[in-house]
Amino acid sequence: MSSVISLTDIRRVFIMGDQQFEALKGVSFDVTAGEFVAIMGASGSGKSTCMNILGCLDLPTSGSYLLDGLDVGGMTTDQLADIRNKKLGFVFQGFNLLARTPAVENVELPLVYAGLHSKERRQQALIAMEQVGLAGKENNHPSQLSGGQQQRVAIARALVNNPAVILADEPTGNLDSRTTEEIMGLFTALNKQGITIIMVTHEHDVASYAGRQITFKDGRIISDSQIKRTD
Amino acid sequence: MDFLQTLKIALRALRTNKMRSFLTMLGIIIGISAVIAMMAVGTGASYVISQQIASIGSNIILVIPGSTTSGGLRTGSGGAQTLSSDDVKAIMAECPSVAYAAGTVRTSGQVVSGNMNWSSIIMGGTPELFEIREWPVVSGRPINQDDENGAIKVCLLGQTVAENLFGSADPIGSIIRIKKIPFTVIGVLDRKGQSPQGTDQDDAVFVPLRTAQRNLVRSQRTGIVGSIIVKAKSEELINKAESEIQSLLNQRHRITGGKEPDYSTRNLSEILAVAEKSAKAMSLLLGAVASISLIVGGIGIMNIMLVSVTERTREIGIRMAIGAKKNDILMQFMTEAVLLTMLGGLIGIALGTGGATVVSRLLEWPTMISFQSIAIAFVFSGAVGIFFGFYPAKKAAGLNPIDALRYE
Repeated sequence: MSSVISLTDIRRVFIMGDQQFEALKGVSFDVTAGEFVAIMGASGSGKSTCMNILGCLDLPTSGSYLLDGLDVGGMTTDQLADIRNKKLGFVFQGFNLLARTPAVENVELPLVYAGLHSKERRQQALIAMEQVGLAGKENNHPSQLSGGQQQRVAIARALVNNPAVILADEPTGNLDSRTTEEIMGLFTALNKQGITIIMVTHEHDVASYAGRQITFKDGRIISDSQIKRTD
Repeated sequence: MDFLQTLKIALRALRTNKMRSFLTMLGIIIGISAVIAMMAVGTGASYVISQQIASIGSNIILVIPGSTTSGGLRTGSGGAQTLSSDDVKAIMAECPSVAYAAGTVRTSGQVVSGNMNWSSIIMGGTPELFEIREWPVVSGRPINQDDENGAIKVCLLGQTVAENLFGSADPIGSIIRIKKIPFTVIGVLDRKGQSPQGTDQDDAVFVPLRTAQRNLVRSQRTGIVGSIIVKAKSEELINKAESEIQSLLNQRHRITGGKEPDYSTRNLSEILAVAEKSAKAMSLLLGAVASISLIVGGIGIMNIMLVSVTERTREIGIRMAIGAKKNDILMQFMTEAVLLTMLGGLIGIALGTGGATVVSRLLEWPTMISFQSIAIAFVFSGAVGIFFGFYPAKKAAGLNPIDALRYE
């Protein structure tokens, strides 16, 4: 199968004052369409920096990043915004939903910036909400939903634009163990439908839902292994 | 991203903080209502002046005698008796830019009707006077050429005199005594209102010029007129008419070389145009002062928008992460600021209009609200939003999505 993501010798150097800090020291890996990858590592290992680059929120200092065949390097901020809008879906630890905005409108948001008409937006948003099991909660505001439901809204928002990859950054960090299982079950189900997922976590049992674990340490990959799923 | 959606987002953001939005708008509301009210007061004043110009009659030139010296004492201008009915006829006949000319004499005295009496101005004038002053009779008939030629003892009453002597009764046909001489009232003049100097123009009695010359004023020679009032054929011809009159009178009065003329001319419309100009300058000044409060209001908007950008850093981060471009964020915050100021502007226009109406009712000060001033106020309020909203919006659009997402 073809690579959705292809990282080659990615380096990221931060300059603070006259000090240089190399957060990523030559990282290379490919992700094939349909994979479920867990990225692990202690804080400061470079996994968040890598995630930012994967999410087109940051550009590498050197190295190449091909996302769905497109070379991301050298793109302008507006081009990156467009890539994020069309190719990526984000799920965050803190849900990051817009308060005082109905769930369905939160889900629609990427389509708003994609320039779709309201009818089309609503239609696609409703499909995405049904996919995550939130049919009937369209008009609830985030404050009226449980943590697990809020994260489902966020996942629906990540799904709504049919992205090449869903990037999840500690998606269960704010959830209790029962809800964690629920959400990971949802991710697994989505993955089985063929959706590529890359997830950052530091919890081993959460990572064990993924089919592949990449572990970072000090800006380098120290292990990259296919694992058997627990389910 | 379509504009409707941007508008919806901005409206939601404003609704979220109703009190704050209102307080922020208050600066603009006060500013705009002050501008509207001040402009209304100023425009009202200049309207009154232009009304007064119209009440004198348009395109008017006044010719008055010069000063005279008698026993070492110089009278003021108008004191000499140098203008005559013949001068009036000559002006009518020989100045092509002149439409009408009328000689007048003026005196004051007691006017008596039955047991009522009233002290008033008594004006003698040829029939042209009423054409020049654009002053018709509302009842009865005007003074005609026969009255003038025959020096008939008839008179027209100004509204104030008519009210004081006759109350609500019809004065036409009655006999009144002016300086003890009986006159027949033939008509009542239309109401004219105040003169630019503030005197009541309706407090006057008009008689034919020749009647006045013979019976009411004393003069050294016959046919002397107190002043000549001239109407030029058009506004453009006022200055030309003035110089025609001057050269004609110089010739007739043998004014040559460095000799001081024994008369002077005054262009009334010009004087009033200056007054009108100063009233307009006044209203501009008032508007300018009021617009300072708009600037203060604008700074308030900028302040709150900066706070709002900081508060909503995370929201901006989310929007950017899922595909909002810099321009989308810029437009979102700009729309919010402009919406604030335009709503404030609309409320301000309503309040200013109301305030101006109250001022004109309570203080009996004429106010006028022009469509123009409302349009300017509205556009200006929008411009304040754009100007003061730009910096905060630019700041929001310039945020780094990674930092913005991490912002607590």
